[in-house]
Amino acid sequence: MNRTVYLDNNATTMVDPEVLEEMLPFLKERYGNPSSMHDFGGDVARDLERARMRVAELLGAENDYEIVFTGCGTESDNLAILGTLAYFRDRRHIITSKVEHPAVLNLYRKLEREGYRASYVPVDRDGKLDMEFLKKSLGDDTALVSIMHANNETGVIFPVEEIGRLCRERGVPYHIDGVQAAGKIPIDVKKIQCDLYSISGHKFHAPKGMGVLYIRRGTRIRPLMYGGHQERGRRPGTENVPGIVAMGKAAELALQNLPAEERVRALRDRLESGILARFSNVQLNGAKDARVPNTTNVGFEYIEGEAILLYLNEKGIAASSGSACSSGSLEPSHVLRAMGVPFTAAHGSIRFSLSRFTTGEEVDYTISALPEIIDRLLEISPFWDSATKQCRPVTI
Amino acid sequence: MWDYTDKVKDLYKHPKNVGTIDNADAVGEVGSIVCGDALTLYLKIEDNIIKDAKFQTFGCGSAIASSSALTEMIIGRTVEEAEKITNRDIADYLGGLPEQKMHCSVMGREALEKALADWRGEEVAPHEETEGDVICQCFGVTDPLIRKVIRENNLKTVEDVTNYTKAGGACGSCIPKIEDILNEELKKQPASAGAEVKKEKLPLSNIKRMQLVEETISDVVRPILQKDGGNIELVDIDGKKVMVALRGACANCLVSDVTLKNLVQEKLREFVEDDIEVIEVR
Repeated sequence: MNRTVYLDNNATTMVDPEVLEEMLPFLKERYGNPSSMHDFGGDVARDLERARMRVAELLGAENDYEIVFTGCGTESDNLAILGTLAYFRDRRHIITSKVEHPAVLNLYRKLEREGYRASYVPVDRDGKLDMEFLKKSLGDDTALVSIMHANNETGVIFPVEEIGRLCRERGVPYHIDGVQAAGKIPIDVKKIQCDLYSISGHKFHAPKGMGVLYIRRGTRIRPLMYGGHQERGRRPGTENVPGIVAMGKAAELALQNLPAEERVRALRDRLESGILARFSNVQLNGAKDARVPNTTNVGFEYIEGEAILLYLNEKGIAASSGSACSSGSLEPSHVLRAMGVPFTAAHGSIRFSLSRFTTGEEVDYTISALPEIIDRLLEISPFWDSATKQCRPVTI
Repeated sequence: MWDYTDKVKDLYKHPKNVGTIDNADAVGEVGSIVCGDALTLYLKIEDNIIKDAKFQTFGCGSAIASSSALTEMIIGRTVEEAEKITNRDIADYLGGLPEQKMHCSVMGREALEKALADWRGEEVAPHEETEGDVICQCFGVTDPLIRKVIRENNLKTVEDVTNYTKAGGACGSCIPKIEDILNEELKKQPASAGAEVKKEKLPLSNIKRMQLVEETISDVVRPILQKDGGNIELVDIDGKKVMVALRGACANCLVSDVTLKNLVQEKLREFVEDDIEVIEVR
């Protein structure tokens, strides 16, 4: 079968044709350096600033100079965290959640090895933050709170405004990894009261290799790299102009298309309910209510996620798994483990993530393709009795 | 995506011998749902010949393929022939497995051992899992199993052991113990194992020689010296002359010449080239 049904949009998205069209001249004839003193480069600088304004609008930023272009979401997260700690050197306590992306979590672990005290806010079975833990963790020594806006695996949205109020009251710098929220839900950095907000272009139909860090006016932060004056010295280096222009256009389109996310939500719900209704060995991982509209994570019990992915792949369906075997690690996703998802379901978890380009026909095709796959793998599983359609006794 | 061979892909897509055997003569169960890998192997054995084999697997693509391969390899064989099949044979049958997936082939081998023990009426629990210390508490991997897999697969690093057994792959608290076991097993390796390696790798380019010297010092020589509080530093390589400096307890040892010639040079000649020469730099 030659078709591809792409349901892995939290990994990356297709480049919107309109974005590509706007980007192409900057890969061909408009190659000037925006820092140059001639019109050939100066004109490009104006396009770069237009992109900055578009991104500022997507995030609800007050000024376009609050937008700093980076190379990716990971760089934005690292700049936010390390840049803040470089300024507040006397504070040695940092807070994040247990379910962050590795771009934050692995950096926090490194910082712990270097002497910082880190508090990891737990989540409940639905993947929701333990706000009491967060409140109690905040102290006079806290240098930074870094919490994601929406979880990449489950889509669960965190109470970023409530955290913003808490941080503001305590005078603690507040960073949000918004990579999985941008383009999916409205963002208003002023309302959230965050100091720093990271996004990544390729998650909302721009090409890979572009990130942004929103830095609220007046936020104390030091750069990671030193060089020229670009990005007001906060991220020096010649700008990736085609990427920035593309990201600006993608931000504009994402803002325009936010109302259309309700259509994505309806498709996601159709897929989710179709799966949950069809199988007795499946459960939803993550809260049903507070989620970005494009993501669903389901755990199939007694079968393994990589095997499901490989069988889906045979049918042209691209999805993702939090199982250990698909990642090369030996334990299932840290997010699912932090949520307390039982091992019986964690190993068989599958994430389907849609985009505005996903069609109803693709969703229906996926629902129709799954039974053969799941039934086949259950038949192979030593934990499933095909005759009784029930689980055999499982030793845990 | 994993770089699976066509054989692996074919077998996870179209696994053979899936299912159970009613009134099986032997059953071997390994793994658990917690570990993320499990395999149950059913055998029908008549006149000492494995007439039929079926399996059920909870696992990834390579686990399904390894299980399927195992059944194909043993049907029609005598019990004695089947007993000789190693996890490496299963991996070879598949045209190879990614290193991180080698534990799938080990699981197949374990299930076969368990099933044959069951057939003989022996204690069904495998000796690897019940005897000896449990080294990795997360995945229940024991000392004897780790040693066996190291020997059979000529493993050299802790990462290899994790890829082949899963031991050390979760909390990691057992990694120092795995390292100790690995060092003990490396010391026991017969010279013939090294000779095989050497034979395969000749003739050597300069780059290959340097790489092998580094690996041998790091994986074979240094662990032995460290046991006695010593260490070794590779200073330079000029053709077949290898300059090293002894460190730690070895630096002031009265018999450092013996260490250099009888251990360092000997091991380099064993694993790299027959005429390699070791020179001490102080």
